[in-house]
Amino acid sequence: MQRYSAFAIAREALRHHTGWQRAWRSPEPKRRYDTIIIGAGGHGLATAYWLGKLYGIRDVAVIEKGWLGGGNTGRNTTIIRSNYLQDPSAAIYEKSRSLYETMSQDINYNVMFSPRGVLMLAQTEAEARGYRRTAHANALQGVETQFVSSWRVKQLCPIISLEGPRYPVLGALWQPRAGTARHDAVAWGYARACSDMGMDIIQKCEVTGIRSEGGQVTGVSTTRGEIECDRLGIVVAGHSGALADMAGFRLPIESVALQALVSEPIKPAMDVVVMANTVHGYMSQSDKGEMVIGGGADGYNNYTQRGSFHHIEETVRALVETFPMISRLKMLRQWGGIVDMTGDRSPIISKTPLGNCFINCGWGTGGFKAVPGSGWAMAELMAKGQSPLAEAFTLDRFREGRFIDESVAAGVAH
Amino acid sequence: MSRRLSQGGRLIDRSRTFHFTVDGRRYGGFAGDTLASALLASNRTLMGRSFKYHRPRGVVSSGAEEPNALFGLGTGDRFEPNQRATMTELYPDLTALSQNRWPNLEQDLGGLISRAARVLPAGFYYKTFLRPRVFWKHVYEPVIRALAGLGHAPAEKDADRYEHFNVTVDVLIVGGGVAGLQAARRAGAAGLRVLLVEQTAQWGGRAPVDGAVIEGKPADAWITGVLSELQSMPNVHMRPRTMGAGVYDHGYALVYERVTDHVSGAQGPRHRLWRVRAGRILTTTGALERPLSFAGNDLPGVMLAGAVRDYVVNHAVTPGERVLVVTNNDDAYRTALALSEAGVTVPAIVDARPGGGGALAEAARSAGLRVLTGTAIAGLSGKRHVTGAALCLQDGTGEVTEQIACDTVAMSGGWSPVVHLWSHCGGKLTWDVDEVMFRPDPNRPPTGADGRGFVEAAGAANGYLATADILGDADRAARAVTEALGRSLDDAPALQAEREETAPIRAVWTMPEKAPVKLREKMWLDYQNDVKVSDVALAAQEGFESVEHAKRYTTLGMATDQGKLSNINGLAILADTLGAEIPAVGTTTFRPPYTPISIGSVAGEARGDLFQPIRRTPLHHLHEAAGAVFEPVGHWRRPYVFPRDGETVAQAVEREILTVRHKVGLLDASTLGKIIVKGPDAGRFVDMIYTNKMSTLKVGRCRYGLMCSENGFLMDDGVVARLDEQTFLCHTTSGGADHIHAHMEDWLQTEWWDWQVYVANVTEQYAQIAVAGPKAREVLETVGGMDVSKDAMAFMDWADGALAGIPVRVFRISFSGELSYEIAVPASRGEALWQALRSAGETHGIAPYGTEALHVLRAEKGLIMIGDETDGTVVPQDLGLDWAISKKKDDFIGMRGQQRRELSRPDRWKLVGLETLSGGVLPDGAYAVEEGRNANGQRNVQGRVTSTYRSPTLGRGIAMGLVRNGPDRMGEVLDFPGTDGVVHRARIVSPAFYDPEGERQNV
Ligand SMILES: Cc1cc2nc3c(=O)[nH]c(=O)nc-3n(C[C@H](O)[C@H](O)[C@H](O)COP(=O)(O)OP(=O)(O)OC[C@H]3O[C@@H](n4cnc5c(N)ncnc54)[C@H](O)[C@@H]3O)c2cc1C
Repeated sequence: MQRYSAFAIAREALRHHTGWQRAWRSPEPKRRYDTIIIGAGGHGLATAYWLGKLYGIRDVAVIEKGWLGGGNTGRNTTIIRSNYLQDPSAAIYEKSRSLYETMSQDINYNVMFSPRGVLMLAQTEAEARGYRRTAHANALQGVETQFVSSWRVKQLCPIISLEGPRYPVLGALWQPRAGTARHDAVAWGYARACSDMGMDIIQKCEVTGIRSEGGQVTGVSTTRGEIECDRLGIVVAGHSGALADMAGFRLPIESVALQALVSEPIKPAMDVVVMANTVHGYMSQSDKGEMVIGGGADGYNNYTQRGSFHHIEETVRALVETFPMISRLKMLRQWGGIVDMTGDRSPIISKTPLGNCFINCGWGTGGFKAVPGSGWAMAELMAKGQSPLAEAFTLDRFREGRFIDESVAAGVAH
Repeated sequence: MSRRLSQGGRLIDRSRTFHFTVDGRRYGGFAGDTLASALLASNRTLMGRSFKYHRPRGVVSSGAEEPNALFGLGTGDRFEPNQRATMTELYPDLTALSQNRWPNLEQDLGGLISRAARVLPAGFYYKTFLRPRVFWKHVYEPVIRALAGLGHAPAEKDADRYEHFNVTVDVLIVGGGVAGLQAARRAGAAGLRVLLVEQTAQWGGRAPVDGAVIEGKPADAWITGVLSELQSMPNVHMRPRTMGAGVYDHGYALVYERVTDHVSGAQGPRHRLWRVRAGRILTTTGALERPLSFAGNDLPGVMLAGAVRDYVVNHAVTPGERVLVVTNNDDAYRTALALSEAGVTVPAIVDARPGGGGALAEAARSAGLRVLTGTAIAGLSGKRHVTGAALCLQDGTGEVTEQIACDTVAMSGGWSPVVHLWSHCGGKLTWDVDEVMFRPDPNRPPTGADGRGFVEAAGAANGYLATADILGDADRAARAVTEALGRSLDDAPALQAEREETAPIRAVWTMPEKAPVKLREKMWLDYQNDVKVSDVALAAQEGFESVEHAKRYTTLGMATDQGKLSNINGLAILADTLGAEIPAVGTTTFRPPYTPISIGSVAGEARGDLFQPIRRTPLHHLHEAAGAVFEPVGHWRRPYVFPRDGETVAQAVEREILTVRHKVGLLDASTLGKIIVKGPDAGRFVDMIYTNKMSTLKVGRCRYGLMCSENGFLMDDGVVARLDEQTFLCHTTSGGADHIHAHMEDWLQTEWWDWQVYVANVTEQYAQIAVAGPKAREVLETVGGMDVSKDAMAFMDWADGALAGIPVRVFRISFSGELSYEIAVPASRGEALWQALRSAGETHGIAPYGTEALHVLRAEKGLIMIGDETDGTVVPQDLGLDWAISKKKDDFIGMRGQQRRELSRPDRWKLVGLETLSGGVLPDGAYAVEEGRNANGQRNVQGRVTSTYRSPTLGRGIAMGLVRNGPDRMGEVLDFPGTDGVVHRARIVSPAFYDPEGERQNV
């Protein structure tokens, strides 16, 4: 692999950058692979990466119907935090967050992880109590968080209005090492690293069927032909239901649109990420200067990647109350993604009723932060048949009532 | 030098001079100017700095697509960054600030970056800033952030107002050029309700500037006629300064009106967001001119040819004295002619086509202009402004054939239909090889619920460039829309418009075609984001082959103009580098809004007090007068405590608790949910909704009941009173009323739609007051009116009657453990009853108490509180409430859920009381730890605190909690580490700390 560094750039500049190689190869699919991952989003690519890196499994194809990273991975608002309440969630999100800390160096690709800190505002007594509880839980889980006063909130984020007429800010849960990263870079960086390990990333190739024999997976049918495999990982977020259907089982998942928007870029005005869950809105400022804004998911199922505008209005209204200065900024662009929601709003990383077929989905509105950790757990599960990080997230938990309910502490979970 | 021409200017009024200020310098302009035209008229051509390299930039366009000339407008609480000078109408005393420069626009230190551009190609930041790791957060990122961004953030709360309009129309026509006007005229004549919007202040679009002649009249005259015709149609509504911002599913569209931006100190809303529901949407949004990619094409002085023509014709401004025209199509000749007519020198017209142009080229030649064919620009000279151009052959590699002195370059790379609105909701495009443009694919429009297209494009927006074709297409589209809406349209003769013979455009993506990388590094595609031809080529070379990848890798099209000038050119370069056809590479998705809209307008009126309605109980103003401290509970405000002079909140809470324990207290319980369930099947229904058997409840009696979610978790609780055989009154928690009402409706409407039951949420119909404490009965007896003795009204009885002459319903229920009555009265009588109770209780020391005292009182009794002891993961069995779960029923909501393995495990965390060894208060939300760590390295835990208070009654800290097997472990001591490092030790006890036998309430 061509290594990236300031030196390499200077060297290339001399020859007008004509020497840069492809970041990843675009090969034709082979007839068979040891392992196939469906979905070249962050989670699928991270799974492949750790399969190769930790377990030496490199005869891998990652199959993507569109372009890699073009699903929710390239559409999210990039909040990374691990201040979750329940033990299994805190474990996997904190693992993930800590992997983000060193990701740029690990894969020699600057994913711009920016641990600028996340504030989750407490705007009702109940919310304040919930966050105090989370702070206690986090301390025991090894997640560094703190319940801070409204005074500290103002200090960390001067543009906030503490005294909204409706919901005064009573304090906040503060995670100083939470933050954001560049979403595309995560997908591209992993794709480059996977390709470098000899894995094939096959774009513009849609899986249209899953083949099996005697209860064991044997391969997939795609728009570019049949491809055999011994092991299959389904990592397709909003389309998980459709893929599970092909594999012959059902999922407790609903697919709904989640929207986001950005303002025009302005000079730095906000150094932290702020989430206001009572009013359903959150905001951060990208390195480009855009205010990145998101809110709640639509109330009905759909696959169009377009949400209803009244949700945007609701979110924006909440944030104008929280940050009055944004009223005179302009909305530059809005978009939506289809998120995969489980009943308890926690993910599924699990074996499936089909032998050697594994699934990783249900990250819903908040799976970008989980990309490296989820891939880590999924790879372990696929390679070894079990993973402590994934253990709680099995598919049968819904039948057993073993929910991992995060809505307990916070309304939205981005 | 750019300057005002002595004559002409169809939009300006030379009799009205406005003064304005930019960066502290005063300038003058005329009414009808834009900020851009007025600055050009004042020979100020440097208007901005680019985003990445901070390069000096001048205005390139005259419209919504402007990427360079952005200013901060206004001051203080009316300051707004990133306003396009081209769309800003001049008004007296306008104040503007240039952006993205330090210390000033002329000398911007950031401009030094430009010198290092060579080492800062597309995506360089993905390849560097990797080490040392901590530098990203502390060094690299802060510096990058400071250099990025454009204008400064507004510092103050917005002083302006915004509003929303909702309208339903048959057809929304977006774009008030000749196509839009003609279509509106036809649709209007067919009787359709038409809303016609135009983003600028003028009607007619480009036609008057382009010298169109319609029906033998100059365009301006024809437009005036059509406007008066439209104004006379009551079914046609027209709005200038109003932009079609977005098209959404089901004919929903957003329209953005800038109501007062163009007047200083105006009253009324600043922007208005129209939410339009349209039967059909017709986009007559015109076309945008594409720049040409030649080396140095970002220098101030390089402009779109159409824009140059606009400034000359509309504002009588010439951007230069010697304007070189460069083109690959006929349209730019119009600019050359307009300039030469205005007396401006056009040293040459550089036409990349070997065969040159058609009739317009002839006209140019006859006007004495020099036309060079097959020729291109090899490069420009000048540092901050164009001073000359080097020419070469288009088909070559850039060997200079000639130098021409000029101070402006007017370029035209052809026109792209504005297909944004067509595309927002899924309309597809098709590549027209001959016209070199993407146009709407009529076979793949955005479709509505009936599977038929609901957007129609017409005119230039549909790929037609000649006036006659445009008008004909408008007629066609108006007919299509009218017929789709089930109306008919009379035949009208086609309009006649003059048509010139034209020569075809030639696709020119770089100048010259075989430009070497050294030239490509100087060809800008995206001006604002500094994306060059070489950047897109680099992206392709590195494997970013999909448009979306290339776009994101290079940031092409991601700037505030959203690629209006750069998308097609960038796409062509990408296709070229990949050796693919343009349509095979595809287009990017267009996302709303068309151009940025104010966030204030999206929020609309719902700000400040109107943000969300505050629900107030009928007694709210009394509490306010009493100095209550309020807390938000759902949308309600409830008194948290009523502090008296000199009392702290904590002291006041303690006093209130002791008042209830020893005397009598009054609580405003009006927010408590009250849902009537009525009908022959009401009993059956409440048996399903509650875990208890409610149907056996006797009329006149009350019963505490639990409601669970389908998954079995405890969701809400409250007292149910049976009013008559077929009627139950279900009390819910304050926060739960709406949700429980919806839950009941959900089940009734989707599962038990054939049951004869109605539910009604009557929460707000009643004021409800709890009178609690040992003296409660005496207070009611003093008020007088009904028998409230133990015999007449036992614990858990209810009765209708009158108190102080007010019709009341009295429930003998208690949440405090004391003798207590809850009295419901019609909302309008709440105040009278409250006053009557207060004065009757005066001798007993009656006092109101708030929610905090309520919470402590119930905790002292060991009563659970929804939201404290429950969090959506707790089943009633965890809380020792098995007694409230009927064993006799076949089914209730949640029953099956509770039978699942995890929910029926014997070792679940269960409710207990917790007493600190020290007598202090346990920290809220603390967990009880256990030995060891789990497989993920987390501390093992065995329980947690759910409620914790200081009990003034017992004089110590008390808490409730959930502990693994808790009830079997009485007396055991657990460790609760606080977040402050202190470990709190507490003993497991019964949760009923006070009066466990319930003797006090049952008197
Ligand atoms: C608006 C929005 C904001 C968000 N904000 C945040 C946030 O701030 N923080 C956070 O942590 N998370 C956030 N999320 C959630 C996060 O984006 C997702 O949880 C995460 O990106 C999911 O990654 P993935 O790899 O599982 O899915 P994706 O990135 O969607 O990848 C799945 C891939 O599978 C492919 N695929 C589907 N079907 C097939 C098929 N048949 N054959 C082949 N390939 C197929 C798709 O094309 C896609 O590329 C947000 C999501 C949205 C939509």
